[in-house]
Amino acid sequence: MRRLLVTGLLALALPAAAAAAGDQQLGYRLFGQYCVACHGVAGSGIAPARVIGTGPQRVPRQQLGLAPSLQGVGALAADFYLRTGYMPLQHVGLQPRRKPVIFDEPQLEGLIAYVASLGRGPKVPKPHPERGSLSEGMQLFTDHCAGCHQVVGEGGYVTGALPPPLKDATSTQIAEAIRIGPYVMPRFSTKALSPSQVNSIVRYVRYAKSPDDRGGWAIGHVGPIPEGLVAWFLGMTALVACCIAIGRRFRRG
Amino acid sequence: MIRKLVRFLDRRTGTAPLLRKTLRYLFPDHWSFLLGEVALYSFVILVATGIYLTLFYENSTATVVYHGPYVPLQGQEMTQAYRSVLDISTTVKAGLLIRQTHHWAADIFIAAIVLHLIRIFFTGAYRKPRELTYWIGLTILLVSLLEGYLGYSLADDLLSGMGLAIGYGVAVSIPFFGANLAALIWDGPFPGKHDFFSRMYVAHVFLIPALIGALLVLHLALVALRHHTQFRETRRQTERKVVGIPTFPGQTPRSLGLFFAVAGVLFLLGGLVQINPIWLWGPYHTYISTNGAQPDWYLGWLIGALRLVPGFDLTIGHYTLVANPFWGGAALPSLVFIFLYLWPWLERRFGGDSAYHNLLDRPRDAPMRTAIGMTTLTWVFLPFVAGSSDRIYVTFGLPYIPQIWAFRVLAVVAPPLAGLIAFWVCRELQAGERVERRRKRAEEEAELA
Ligand code: HEC
Ligand code: HEC
Repeated sequence: MRRLLVTGLLALALPAAAAAAGDQQLGYRLFGQYCVACHGVAGSGIAPARVIGTGPQRVPRQQLGLAPSLQGVGALAADFYLRTGYMPLQHVGLQPRRKPVIFDEPQLEGLIAYVASLGRGPKVPKPHPERGSLSEGMQLFTDHCAGCHQVVGEGGYVTGALPPPLKDATSTQIAEAIRIGPYVMPRFSTKALSPSQVNSIVRYVRYAKSPDDRGGWAIGHVGPIPEGLVAWFLGMTALVACCIAIGRRFRRG
Repeated sequence: MIRKLVRFLDRRTGTAPLLRKTLRYLFPDHWSFLLGEVALYSFVILVATGIYLTLFYENSTATVVYHGPYVPLQGQEMTQAYRSVLDISTTVKAGLLIRQTHHWAADIFIAAIVLHLIRIFFTGAYRKPRELTYWIGLTILLVSLLEGYLGYSLADDLLSGMGLAIGYGVAVSIPFFGANLAALIWDGPFPGKHDFFSRMYVAHVFLIPALIGALLVLHLALVALRHHTQFRETRRQTERKVVGIPTFPGQTPRSLGLFFAVAGVLFLLGGLVQINPIWLWGPYHTYISTNGAQPDWYLGWLIGALRLVPGFDLTIGHYTLVANPFWGGAALPSLVFIFLYLWPWLERRFGGDSAYHNLLDRPRDAPMRTAIGMTTLTWVFLPFVAGSSDRIYVTFGLPYIPQIWAFRVLAVVAPPLAGLIAFWVCRELQAGERVERRRKRAEEEAELA
C-alpha cells in the first residue's frame, strides 16, 4: 500500500522532471512580469550581500542582495522555489514561506525552463524513497536536520528564521531542499549526503508525517508544551470538577 | 457472629477507642480541601506504576545496537537504559500504558500540589499553628520537581539528554563551587560517567520517593493533629470549634470516589493520549539536538527565565564570577522558594498578627496577602509562558524577538500591576459587602419601626 502511494506521488512529481521541455518563451514573459524587479535582467542578480541570521551551528548566513543570481541554479532550484510558492517573494528581506502557487502548470514549466536556460545547473532530482532505509533516514535526519526542523519534522525557531514543518513537502521538494539549502538552511553536496542517503532521508520525512503514534492521540509530536496543556486543561480540569462535585461549594450563613 | 469476632479482637488489642476516634475524626467538606487529596492519590498511582516500570528498566549506559521491532531505530546505537524504555513502550505487556500513566500522573501530581498551595496561600491556611505543615508541603513540592526531572532524564532519549545538558549548564553556573558541584554529581564533565545514571536511578526510584512518602506521612499527621481549618460560613464555625463530616460514613465514600476519579482520569490519559513518545525522539548522543526541546511543564518557568534573562556573564578579568544560566536556572527558583518558606514569618513580622488561626480568610479579607500572592504568581507565570515563545511563533506567527522583549517588559511591569489590581478588587469587594450589610440592617430596622 505504502509503495503504491509512493509510486503515485512520484508519478505526480514526474512533470517536474520534464520541466526543461517547458515553453521558454512563456517563461521569459512571466519572468519579465514577476521576477526581473528583484533578480535582474536574465537573472543576473542585484545588490550586495547582507547577514540574515545564524543556524544552530552559529554560522552566519547571507541573503544575497536584493536577490541572488539565477544563472546556474538550474531547474532544480527553480522547481523548488516555484512549486513551494516561495517565489515570487512579496518583498526582499522576508524569509520565503510556503504559499499557494499563483501559476498554472504550463506557466510553471515555462518559468522553470527559462531559469534553467540561464546557465548550466542541476536538473530536478528524482528521489526514490522506497529504495531508502527508514532507520538510516531517521539517523541522518537527527544528525543533520533535527536541530532546525525538530526530530519529527514539526519545525521550530532558529535565530533569524523559521525552519518550517515538513508536513507539506513532497519527496522531490525534500531532495531539492537538501541540495539548495534555502535561506539559512545549509546546502548538502552529494559528498555530504549521497543520493541513496537522500532517499533514506526522504523516506523518513514522509514517515514522520504520520509516524507510529502507538501511545494514542498524538497532540502534535512536539512534546512537553501540548502535554502540559492537556495535563492542565483536560486532566486537572476534570479532577477539579470531580472535587467540586464531591465537595461542597462556598456558602455564607 | 461478627459482633463476637469484633469483641474478640477488641479484647485482645484494645483498639476500640482509637478506632472510634478515627471514625469520628472530622474532615472539612469544602471542595477546595480535596486538591491535596488529588495529589496524594496521584502519588499512590505514581508509586504503583513506578514499581511496574522498575521491573523492566535497565539502569545502564552501556551501548547496544537495536534490533527490536521498532523499524525506524533498527541498527542504531543506544544505551541500555534507552533501549529498555523503548522495550517498555513497544514489547512489554501493558508497558506503554503504565509508562504513559506514570508520566501523566507526575504532571497531574505537581499540578495538584500547585493548586493546593495556591489555596493554602490565599486563604491563610499556613498561619500559626500550621506553619510546620506548610513547610513540609513546600518541601514536598520542591523535591517533586527534582523527582520529575530525574524521571524525565532516566529515559535517556534525545530530550532527556538535552535536558541534562541544560541542567549541567545551570549547575556549573553557580558561583564559586558550581563547577565542583557539577563534577561531583555527574562524576566528571558532561555527559558524565556510568555512576551518574546509577545515582539518578537510586534517587528516582528509592531515595526521593521514600523522602516524599515520609514527608507525606508527617504532613498528614500534622494536619490530623491540628485539625483542619475552615471558612467562617456559619455561626457554628469559630476559631474554637471544628465543623465537618466524620470519617465514617461521611468522608470514606467521598475519598474513595475521589481516588477512583484520579485513577480513572490518569489511566484514561495514559491509555488515550500519547505522552513523551521516546521512540519518536530517538536516543541521545552529545552531538545531536532537536529544535524546541522542552522540559515538562513544571520546569517550564525555568526555561522561560533562561530565555528572558539578557545574555551577560559577570566576569572579573578572565574569571567568570556568575555565568548567565545562574539567573534563570538557579536564582529564580531559589528566590521563589525562599520567599514561600519565609512568608508565614514575614506576614507575622510585618502584618503584626501572631495569633492562632483556625478560621480561614477569603482572599478579599486579606488584601495585602492577596496582592503579594498575585504578584508572585504573575512573576512565575510570565517566564512560564515565555518558555513556549518559540512554539508560539511557529503556531501563531508572533515573531520571536519582539515576544521576548514584550515578556521582559511584562516581567517587570505586570507583577506589581497584578498586585495593585488584586488589592483594589479586594477592597472593592469588601466595600460592597459593607454596603450590603448596612442595607440589610436598615431594612430590618425599617421593618421594626
Ligand atoms: C540551519 C537550519 C536548517 C537545517 C540544518 C536544515 N534546514 Fe531545512 N530549512 C531550513 C529553513 C530556514 C527552511 C525555510 C527556507 C526558506 O524559507 O526559504 C528550510 C526548508 C526546508 C524544506 C522546505 C520545506 C517547506 O515545505 O517549505 C525542506 C524539505 C527541508 N528544509 C529539509 C531539510 C532537510 C532534509 C534537512 C537535513 C538534511 C534540513 N532541511 C536541514 C532550515 C534548516
Ligand atoms: C521581492 C524580490 C523577489 C522576487 C519578485 C522574486 N525573487 Fe526569487 N529570490 C529572491 C530572494 C531574496 C532570494 C533568496 C532567497 C533565499 O535566500 O532563500 C530568491 C531566490 C530565488 C531562487 C533560488 C536561487 C538560488 O540561489 O538557489 C530562485 C530559483 C528564484 N528566486 C526564482 C524566482 C522566480 C522564478 C521569480 C519570479 C516568479 C522570483 N524568484 C521572484 C527575491 C525575489
